Amino acid sequence: MTPPMMCVTRSDSPATDMLQRLLTSALIAGAAAGLIAALLQLVFVQPVLLHAELYEGGERTHFAAPSEHHHGEEADAATPTAEPAHDHSTEAAHDHAEAADIPGIDFDAPRDGLSILFSIMVYAGYGLLLVAAIALSESNGNRVTARQGLLWGVAGFVAVQMAPAFGLSPELPGMAAADVNARAIWWVATVIATAIGLWLIAFGKNGVAWAAAVLLILAPHIIGAPHPHEFTGPTPPELAAQFAGRAIGVGLAVWVLLGLFVATLWSRGREA
Amino acid sequence: MSTIARSGEKAEVKLANIAVVAALGAALIFVAGLAQSETLHDAAHDVRHAVGFPCH
Repeated sequence: MTPPMMCVTRSDSPATDMLQRLLTSALIAGAAAGLIAALLQLVFVQPVLLHAELYEGGERTHFAAPSEHHHGEEADAATPTAEPAHDHSTEAAHDHAEAADIPGIDFDAPRDGLSILFSIMVYAGYGLLLVAAIALSESNGNRVTARQGLLWGVAGFVAVQMAPAFGLSPELPGMAAADVNARAIWWVATVIATAIGLWLIAFGKNGVAWAAAVLLILAPHIIGAPHPHEFTGPTPPELAAQFAGRAIGVGLAVWVLLGLFVATLWSRGREA
Repeated sequence: MSTIARSGEKAEVKLANIAVVAALGAALIFVAGLAQSETLHDAAHDVRHAVGFPCH
């Protein structure tokens, strides 16, 4: 009875030591990566999102949106195409007059403050999962260096951002989408299947493991993500494409850094 | 024999630690990214979109 008790309570026991090392390396790395993510998102992603919200809220309308050809200051569904002067349905680029008020980088303290907080939370969560995966690989005899952290970061990015985005592209507010619960289930399943698949590619020792890896990575996309029956979103495809590209680009940059930070702190603690 | 038992115990403790950390990470991701509570959704909205979680 006494030895395990001591094991738990003594601060220098290997068990608490390891837990502490796992937690500190993940949380410090996650906070740093989350902060960098928040800054990159506020500069590169948020302006696109705010621009899209103008279409979502009806302040602006996109020429291709059905029954919303009206181009006034506010959405007025009752008079869709009643005013010829404001009907731009034949003109692709209709936004020139308003080009000046495209949202830029404009810090909104409460809203962006929450974004910074939640960004740190998300990447702290990813940091914990990443350090758990790294430690698990080490318990099987692998040894992860700081540099290899870059690869772990890329793999993490593929598992939680690239693979889900292959089926459900990063959503701009206002985009048409299927039921959120169905999408969340597909998202979680895809992340788990891809992560196991990547693990098998990295640590599998035979053809069976690699074949299983390929199947696991492909399966979510062969089954297919839940999609709406028709696309009726009011936001222009140009904005949606820019948003997806930027969200994925920021994700890769931050994940590579997260992998580097986690592996650096984790391997440094091991040598100390 | 005792060293085998002890190393087995150590590996178990290791795996338990890893499981605790992974569960904590998954819980954070769930709260920040996936939970459909309205308050959470509103607060985390921009991050959820930017990180590619299903939102709305």
